[in-house]
Amino acid sequence: MAEDFLLRALAAGGLTALVAGPLGCFVLWRRMVYFGAALAHAALLGIALGFLIGVSPQAGMLGVALLVSLAAVALEERAQLAADTVLAILAHSTLAAGIIVLSLIAPAQSGLLGYLFGDILAVSGADLMWVAATAAAGLLLLAVFWRRLLLVTLHPDLAAVDGVHATAVRLLLMLLLSLVIAVSMQIVGLLLVVSLLILPAAAARRVARTPEAMAAVAAATGMAAVAAGLQLSLWFDFPTGPAIVAAATVLFALSLAVRRR
Amino acid sequence: MPPDPSTAPLLTVRGLSVRRAGRNVLECVDLEIHPGEIVTLIGPNGAGKTTLVRAALGLIKADQGAVTRAPGAVGYVPQKLHLDSTLPLTVARFLCIAAGCSRAAAAAALVEAGLAHVKNTAFQKLSGGESRRVLLAAALLRKPRLLALDEPSAGMDVSAQRDLWELLARVRERRGCGILLVSHDLHMVMAATDRVVCLNRHVCCTGHPESVSRHPRYFELFHGAPGSVAVYTHRHDHHHDLAGRVRR
Repeated sequence: MAEDFLLRALAAGGLTALVAGPLGCFVLWRRMVYFGAALAHAALLGIALGFLIGVSPQAGMLGVALLVSLAAVALEERAQLAADTVLAILAHSTLAAGIIVLSLIAPAQSGLLGYLFGDILAVSGADLMWVAATAAAGLLLLAVFWRRLLLVTLHPDLAAVDGVHATAVRLLLMLLLSLVIAVSMQIVGLLLVVSLLILPAAAARRVARTPEAMAAVAAATGMAAVAAGLQLSLWFDFPTGPAIVAAATVLFALSLAVRRR
Repeated sequence: MPPDPSTAPLLTVRGLSVRRAGRNVLECVDLEIHPGEIVTLIGPNGAGKTTLVRAALGLIKADQGAVTRAPGAVGYVPQKLHLDSTLPLTVARFLCIAAGCSRAAAAAALVEAGLAHVKNTAFQKLSGGESRRVLLAAALLRKPRLLALDEPSAGMDVSAQRDLWELLARVRERRGCGILLVSHDLHMVMAATDRVVCLNRHVCCTGHPESVSRHPRYFELFHGAPGSVAVYTHRHDHHHDLAGRVRR
């Protein structure tokens, strides 16, 4: 049924945007944009390794994301390099390795474009379940740890005297980011994943006066962008992932017209 | 409540040493704070004052020695707090998050701190002195038994500094908290502190402000002019060449 795949795409994209909105706010507040980009690039290596050793691509992505997080922290401390340098090195080396490993297992590089730009219209029922489970877990964790996440973002020492384990909270944020990037891969692809995190949050900053309002507006903006992008893709036969990002960009541009509070 | 040395200390630091990058930042430091006592750390830049406060609160690990704190909430006012401009946060909401309190409690605390007018201001738009007072209000909302403040009067004008010291005296009197301070504000320190600890990686001297200000080690460290006003110049253990590089 033609409607079924569209509904699945809408549900998967909407659920992803719902959790990507609040998480994207933390990416902005904590200046983790480059970190998110590095995780997105590394995801391709995760997928390829997942195929190679016969585990699910999602498990591969999470494993590689974890390794990249640890490598980023270790490199920053040891190599005396700035964070953006370290993250760019990790992003590009893992992307190159990912494409090489993918070429070993899929000689025609079939599906590479799908990973780069997403393939939301091919979301299966099983994919949708995985997206829904991730979104639910992500939202639940964000809600439970909301004050602690904010407190660590304000000042790690203030969090520590309050008995909040700052490192554990930071790791939780990296884990959530890895999970959301893993599910967003199929929606907009690794080249555009970061935009799904930061465009709605950046648009929400213009209208929000509290962190909670910014998170809510970001989630709503992201979901609107997914719906609008799907519609654009349907009307004009645009590639869907880029159409979603284009819609999010238009929403961000509109937010610039709002008087900054 | 007057300071009572017979009550059990809120904080005990014994033989604390902290090393960073192969260098001793703190060497064998002892410190005790009792309920109702205001203890001020003074010392030149790089003397390890902030490190001592952070180690005393358990924010960093000691390489040697022991830190014990009595049970009860700890209030901490860090030297500065930088918030990214992308975080929309009013002062009232900041207090709710920082102290884990209700909106009503945050509003009442702002009135008490004389900050009602900035309630709905973005935290990032506060001046240095205002943001420190907000941080202090947040620390007090936690109803601490031990309150630690890292250079709370920096960036405040003279009358704001006097208000701050009066507030700290009131807090000590009403709640009986022990207060640990880092301050460069020597004139006020001498007037409003029960005990001064003069720090330069190790404890140079400690005691009542009057006795410390007469202590030869204190003179050595601060070149203080006799009398209550000490000119804050510290003795370098190095000098700088024309390019500003440190030469030993």
